[in-house]
Amino acid sequence: MALQDVCGVGRDSSEGTLFLSRGGAAGATPSYAGLGGGRNPLNFYVPAAGFLGRGPVRFGQISPPPSGTGEAAFLPTAPGTTSDVAPLPFPLSHGTTTLGFRFQGGVIAAADTRSSCSGQVACPASQKILPIHSHLVGTTSGTSADCALWKRILSRELRLYQLRHGRMLSTGGAAKLLSHMLHPFKGTELCVAATLCGWDRGDPTASGPRLVYVCSDGTRLSGKLFSVGSGSPYAYSVLDGDVRWDLTVDEAVALAREAVYRATHRDAYSGNNVDLYHVTAQGWRAGRVVVTKQHINHHDMELWALPGGSGVKFHSSEKIELYWVELGLFLSI
Amino acid sequence: MEYLIGIQGPDFVLVAADNVAASSIIQMKHDYDKMFKLSEKILLLCVGEAGDTVQFAEYIQKNVQLYKMRNGYELSPAAAANFTRKNLADYLRSRTPYHVNLLLAGYDEADGPGLYYMDYLSALAKAPFAAHGYGAFLTLRFILNLPSFTVRLIDKDGIHDMERLPLASK
Repeated sequence: MALQDVCGVGRDSSEGTLFLSRGGAAGATPSYAGLGGGRNPLNFYVPAAGFLGRGPVRFGQISPPPSGTGEAAFLPTAPGTTSDVAPLPFPLSHGTTTLGFRFQGGVIAAADTRSSCSGQVACPASQKILPIHSHLVGTTSGTSADCALWKRILSRELRLYQLRHGRMLSTGGAAKLLSHMLHPFKGTELCVAATLCGWDRGDPTASGPRLVYVCSDGTRLSGKLFSVGSGSPYAYSVLDGDVRWDLTVDEAVALAREAVYRATHRDAYSGNNVDLYHVTAQGWRAGRVVVTKQHINHHDMELWALPGGSGVKFHSSEKIELYWVELGLFLSI
Repeated sequence: MEYLIGIQGPDFVLVAADNVAASSIIQMKHDYDKMFKLSEKILLLCVGEAGDTVQFAEYIQKNVQLYKMRNGYELSPAAAANFTRKNLADYLRSRTPYHVNLLLAGYDEADGPGLYYMDYLSALAKAPFAAHGYGAFLTLRFILNLPSFTVRLIDKDGIHDMERLPLASK
């Protein structure tokens, strides 16, 4: 491709054993090779590749590499030790409550909507669950900017994969892709903890609801129930007792809403509204519920119904439409 | 908090690993499999830092499979263990070391069963029995009880899943 020649990229990766490119600076990582026909799927466009080439300490790396001289060079520094960390522009806080679980009716993803920044509510109506494609949504936790960026990169890479190979990657495949894309940034300040909630189609052996948790530290776990964020212990305590495979859709939605509500009640960094997404074989649908100050009694739990037609629309592949449900008012954005 | 154990018998190797995948104090999964199948008769058990375990173990796994595709025959357990150790040692001396502790268990047609112990400093030792984790010292008195274990047996017929063991309560 002409652009590749102009930019001087497209160097083939070594023909030897499959290599792990980690840290960016260890060996040439052609930044744009991912655009050139996808020869090596592990060479992704790394947006901050320029920074990785510099000394990591200046970029705020958590565990600086051992110095070149002395005994310290032979022993790796224990993970988590900090020394010479560059000052951050403002203290980052990873306060949120997100959760996802799968059941017979699909996958439910729920999150609060409070974005906090150094003790202040920066945005009371932020969106922490981002749709990736028609049958996959991802909850975000960690640094909002990082999550938003990497979700968009993931959407792009999934679309490119679909165009190149003629099929949509499964949720597990998307999770693996995201995990490998985040791997070069391990040890830096990047923090993305996402739960990918999707419905796999196509492959008859592995179809149905699927839930995978991906973290920028490299964790990738497939499971039935995950909750991430500072409010997650509270959400877990509500969910662990009641999540079953045979919940009805209404019960599942109400349970998810209750779990996030309980977390917002106790966690300072979670609050405001509850976003709810439901992923089925037909796609995802969404709604937002305002959390009132009243305690919702467990016995007369008000089931927030997702009717098929009124107010909450199924996602169509051409355009995204979200109808926000606020106490019975339907507003389209 | 993770636990691996391996015991070599006269014609088999028995390995067990706990099933917990934890993130700080929260157990994210309680049915997590820490064993990676390198070939029909070799298992790699891997614990350590969160993302490093899966990344490193899958890297070794894919390379062992690539060797078989290229050459038509599988690596022996001893060769696989030394390959793993060499990779661990190389990354240790780079800017991005992998903090993983490993047990490699396999059955070789010529040499019989073998159990190899490796730690994050890329030490390698062939041992008749080995363990990683606090459980190496004590099981029932451990302050954080591990609820269940995956157990597998390797002999001349390959890898066999044994019943998942719950920790018996007295």
